[in-house]
Amino acid sequence: MGDRTLLLKEDFPVFKAYPGLVYLDNSATQQKPESVLRAVDNYYRQENANPMRGLYDLSMRATEAYEGAREAVRAFINAKSVSEIIFTRNATESLNLAAYSLGRSIVGEGDEILITIAEHHSDLLPWQLLAKEKGAKLRYLECDEEGLFTEEGLRAALTDRTKIFAFTHISNVLGRINDVKGFVKLCRENGTVTVCDGAQSVAHIPVDVRDLGVDLLAFSGHKMLGPMGIGVLYGREELLEKMPPFLSGGEMIEYVSRDSATYAPLPHKFEAGTVNAGGAVGLRAAIEYINDIGFDLITRREEELTRLCFEEMSRIPFVRIMGGRRAEDHCGIITFDIEGVHPHDVAAIMDSKEIAVRAGHHCAQPLHKHLGIMSSTRVSFAFYNTEEDVMRFIAALKQVRRMMGYGE
Amino acid sequence: MANNSFYNMILTDHNLHPAHKHGLECANFCHEGINPSCGDDIVLNLDIRDGVIRDGSYTGSGCAVSQASADIMLDLVIGKTVEEAAKISQDFMAMIKGEADEETLEQLDEAAALQDIAHMPSRVKCAVLGWHTLEELIKQSEEQ
Ligand SMILES: Cc1ncc(COP(=O)(O)O)c(C=O)c1O
Repeated sequence: MGDRTLLLKEDFPVFKAYPGLVYLDNSATQQKPESVLRAVDNYYRQENANPMRGLYDLSMRATEAYEGAREAVRAFINAKSVSEIIFTRNATESLNLAAYSLGRSIVGEGDEILITIAEHHSDLLPWQLLAKEKGAKLRYLECDEEGLFTEEGLRAALTDRTKIFAFTHISNVLGRINDVKGFVKLCRENGTVTVCDGAQSVAHIPVDVRDLGVDLLAFSGHKMLGPMGIGVLYGREELLEKMPPFLSGGEMIEYVSRDSATYAPLPHKFEAGTVNAGGAVGLRAAIEYINDIGFDLITRREEELTRLCFEEMSRIPFVRIMGGRRAEDHCGIITFDIEGVHPHDVAAIMDSKEIAVRAGHHCAQPLHKHLGIMSSTRVSFAFYNTEEDVMRFIAALKQVRRMMGYGE
Repeated sequence: MANNSFYNMILTDHNLHPAHKHGLECANFCHEGINPSCGDDIVLNLDIRDGVIRDGSYTGSGCAVSQASADIMLDLVIGKTVEEAAKISQDFMAMIKGEADEETLEQLDEAAALQDIAHMPSRVKCAVLGWHTLEELIKQSEEQ
């Protein structure tokens, strides 16, 4: 086992450039395997033209590469049709698309939009703006101190005016996984559209949109081994058909006259302007890499690393882990605070030992406020991390308070 | 990768045992400084009379760099005239930009313990937070 994972790290050139690097900020963005870098490079060397626009061979090849990536994404999340896969820049753009297009068409004055208190700002601000614009009410579903949202809580929060429920699949702060299927069932019965933020789930566990039943799902390529600048919005076809375009311009129309236009069919209706074909090709390579090693291995490795880290951290005095009290409640993410030391100082000390961790509010200020803390430090794992990475982090963690002048 | 050995004794000591972190009843100038990237938040209180900073304090919370820097700053400016304080602040800013000479560093005394921050762009805002707030108060006092 140990050997196999050492080999996995070798697939990632960044660790050749920095052999001493302990990268524990995988929730922010993941490192890229050689195969992804090569796929992007190859696209621009051998297949580059403006997809969908040229009538010549090279442009058709670019179109094939781009649409092939769409099919890879469809299969990866088990969507019914490629019409349901919209390429965006990132999860943030996907969620904005959802709020502007879907939100503007179904939310009216006095209606309610429900989100959880654990949402990333990317799944909060678009809804906050929408609510302001429409005179609608933005309501929050609250969790207990372990980050748990319950079905009873949701049932109580849904009203006959709740048009949309937007929630994260896995919290980027607490690592807690939500019962998406249970949420969807309640929302269906209530006539509420579900928008799921999958930014922290798609790289770590198998995500099957038909099994989950969500109406919309947003995620970013860069958090799943792919390049930056490519993201996805999945949407149920019947819903996407009804939604008006988001951005407008080239490629998303069929016919334009001076005063009106007919829009291109799905998914191109939502993809205005020249697309990020290189990014899409890179994302396809990332999916192939994930499929190749398999979620059995990915999930198991991440669970092993999380458990080791969680247990070691639990033994260190002055360290307080946020969220669930069991390692299983932390899908690859452990956020903590050290008594008497500000998170930015923790991160700076870690950096001095070549350990990359995140400090701050992780774009989730309302959650921090809800849990009664100003800011925190976060470690997040990917399958290519090793036990040695964990133990170097733990060793550094034990020194933090002493380095900050506490004698113990 | 950065080698930040800047958590020296002077810095950690001012952070853990600040001399000037408390309220100040006699203060006639108060201003809040916020560094949103770090979440640092400082309220600086000064008692300025006849162009002299008679007393000063700060309250708030934040990372060790922001807190220690404010405490050291107050050590340096209490008892000084407003012009002298402004000059010290200029020198400090020069140091943080990596532009201070030996003589200036000597005059900055304990504040020179923060000179390595110049190599850490992400922490510069923490180090200068108190000083920016001081400059803001100096401006206010001059306008009166
Ligand atoms: C839960 C969650 N949602 C949304 C985002 C936004 O992702 P991006 O910045 O790639 O749009 C992130 C990542 O920062 C996240 O963790």
